[in-house]
Amino acid sequence: MDIRPIFSTLLRHKTASALIVLEIALSCAIVCNAVFLIATRLERMDRPTGLAANEIVSIEMTGIGKNDNPDALVQQDLAALRAIPGVKAATRTNQIPFNNESWNSSINLVKDQRDPTVNASVYMGDTSFLDAFGLKLVEGRNFSVDEVLAWGALDKPGANPSFPSTIVTRALAQKLFPGESALGKRIYSWGNDPTRIVGIVDTLIRPNDQEGPASSQYSFILPVSAAPGPYVLRTDVARRDEVLKAGIAALEGVNSRRILMRQQTFTDVIDKYYRQDRAMAWLLVSVIVALLVVTALGIVGLASFWVQQRTKQIGVRRALGATRGQILRYFQTENFLLATIGIVLGMLFAYAINQLLMGLYELPRLPLYYLPIGAVMLWLLGQIAVFGPARRAAAVPPAVATRSA
Amino acid sequence: MFAYYFDLALRSFKRNRALTALMVFAIALGIGASMTTLTVFRVLSGDPIPQKSNKLFYVQMDPASMGGYKPGEDPEQQMARYDSEALLREARGDRQAMMTRGSVAVEPERAGLDPMQVDSRFTTADFFPMFELPLLYGSGWSKTDDDSRARVAVITRELNDKAFGGGNSVGKSIQVDEHAMRIVGVLDTWQPKPTFYDVTGDHFGEAEQIYMPFLTSRALDMQTSGNMNCWDDPVEAKDDPEGNLGVNAACAWLQYWVELDTPAKVADYRRYLVNYSDQQRAAGRFQRPTNVALSDVMTWLDKNQTVPNDVRLQLWLSIGFLLVCLLNTVGLLLAKFLRRSGEIGVRRALGASRQAIFAQCLVEAGTIGLAGGLLGLALAALGLWAVRQQPAAYAPLATLDGTMLVATFVLAIVSSLLAGLLPAWRACQVAPAIQLKSQ
Repeated sequence: MDIRPIFSTLLRHKTASALIVLEIALSCAIVCNAVFLIATRLERMDRPTGLAANEIVSIEMTGIGKNDNPDALVQQDLAALRAIPGVKAATRTNQIPFNNESWNSSINLVKDQRDPTVNASVYMGDTSFLDAFGLKLVEGRNFSVDEVLAWGALDKPGANPSFPSTIVTRALAQKLFPGESALGKRIYSWGNDPTRIVGIVDTLIRPNDQEGPASSQYSFILPVSAAPGPYVLRTDVARRDEVLKAGIAALEGVNSRRILMRQQTFTDVIDKYYRQDRAMAWLLVSVIVALLVVTALGIVGLASFWVQQRTKQIGVRRALGATRGQILRYFQTENFLLATIGIVLGMLFAYAINQLLMGLYELPRLPLYYLPIGAVMLWLLGQIAVFGPARRAAAVPPAVATRSA
Repeated sequence: MFAYYFDLALRSFKRNRALTALMVFAIALGIGASMTTLTVFRVLSGDPIPQKSNKLFYVQMDPASMGGYKPGEDPEQQMARYDSEALLREARGDRQAMMTRGSVAVEPERAGLDPMQVDSRFTTADFFPMFELPLLYGSGWSKTDDDSRARVAVITRELNDKAFGGGNSVGKSIQVDEHAMRIVGVLDTWQPKPTFYDVTGDHFGEAEQIYMPFLTSRALDMQTSGNMNCWDDPVEAKDDPEGNLGVNAACAWLQYWVELDTPAKVADYRRYLVNYSDQQRAAGRFQRPTNVALSDVMTWLDKNQTVPNDVRLQLWLSIGFLLVCLLNTVGLLLAKFLRRSGEIGVRRALGASRQAIFAQCLVEAGTIGLAGGLLGLALAALGLWAVRQQPAAYAPLATLDGTMLVATFVLAIVSSLLAGLLPAWRACQVAPAIQLKSQ
């Protein structure tokens, strides 16, 4: 099909054509960026935590007033919790991921180093920690009982704790000792003495995103029992509610002078943490839909106007032997041309918007493969939108040519 | 003339209902989306204490060790206890207070109430007059109470209702972490949004429920919460029973606010901070080059980006969306006006001036804008309702007020008039002779 006549027609309707091209371009640019934003959110929500997410529940209690021997109380609590039927493992830790608290420490490779090598999150737990969290140990070993220090001893004035061992994540191990095995290496974090890496776990996410996405897997575990924080219990998926209830009862049984702060399943914690991301993703989906609807309606409106305006010409063409199909394809091709120009322009806009967002909100660069997604969407949209008016154009009877306006 | 054009516009709408509905719908969608996000943005970026936000200043200095020092960076976000207490003692501002958030167990004496853990603020006497907290009964505490570590507390109306069933509870005592505290004041509702005085927590969360003198909280070893940044441990702090919370601990964890009533005082105070910082370095306590900051409320909020990035992003998104909707309207109006070329030709031939045609077209565009604004308002109300269902802490704040109501119509009409300009100009360019000939 010859597109020259289509071009010359469009050139006679410069303003309207320019408007529709601009609208398609802007829609394309926003849609590309919105799809990209949705993908970034989904990717974020999909990050592995390293924990056996479906099997974990946590309970936080706080005592009223000061307890003389908090370490002993925690041991009593843990014994009571481990005795509950259905509990596979129980530990007390300083933090669980996504729960509004975060303990961080810098790590040095040399004693008294001026600028720290890396900042990582510190988890504290006893020998049950790996089991209770469901972490995957990929190298080395778990803590041994004699390595574990009690929190009470660390918290004392003038304490200079000496940790014999630590377990780090694979990501942190690679960051600290690129290209070599971190196992057996020494690091300096808390206290003046070096700490030896005895184990490496596959993944253990940081409790929050404050340090940025690049370091989200930099965590290490110190062998500390009775750290201030939640009790973490691991159980079967189906028994979580039952275990939570029994756990609270058991803790109240050990000591009733305390207040229940929080009780939750870890899946609920994750769910809550990403709620805002999910809301934003849905919002972006609705913006995309609304944009496409408005753009489609704009195309329908303008195409209808053109069809009406050109009724007589269409009649003449039909009278001169053009088939209905040819008229239909004329309008479809015209729309395809407009959409193509709009899409090309839209891709430039998309990149410009992305540049702007990168500067303002630390978003990553828009990957190139998002551009065809927007392009295909708008081509399809244009063809669907123009189909109605084009069919009406094709239905114009040749006899129209013989009538005067 | 206006009424006549308005009548013509209504007739034109009737002739082409689908197209008119489409334009109104597009404008309404764009306006609805923009007004929703604008309202949220306005609420979140609002001034929490408008009567004196330019007189309240947040103080920062750089007491950390050289480890990780990068020139040109902002000073430490919070203050060390040593410096806070020193500045408070010297009291160079019109008013000043140091503070931190904490968490305490409160045991009401009313029967049938379980002990509860509530958020508290440990601060000093000036906190109440400086931030103009409304008091229902009693008053704040005095500087003497601060220094004598008096066991006094100010509680919120909410806690008063819960623990005492309302009424004037001044003079009554309340068990906090197993210590009896005498109530000296009951606050009326005070809920600054954002909680500007402490940006380390949830910016749009609830204010604390119980206020106690800072030194009292230390004497009774109450639990603090919020962020703490520690650098190395100075030798002298090693045996401090208070650990990281001790006077000499190398940790920043306190907020320090000062009220300065005139620009001259602000300049003086800045000089004073520079001097203080220089002296501390000379004494060997500070190592980094002098780096102090004095930020008023709005500057401080801006520095800490209390408006969530998602909200900004939503605002940009809705503006982009409105732009597409307007482009759409321009195209449709153009189609609509030019379709009436014949009619316009006749009017022109009968003596209507170009201005008259232009005005008529604009009235039509404005009318569409008005209708779009009305529908847009409904959509904005719906949008804000949806925002309120969101999990964010600021969600309940998203409501439409009078200003935004007016702004909705102004935005709708202005944008539709803007959208009408090009089509109206094209319409008034119609040459009457050609139109009449082709009839």
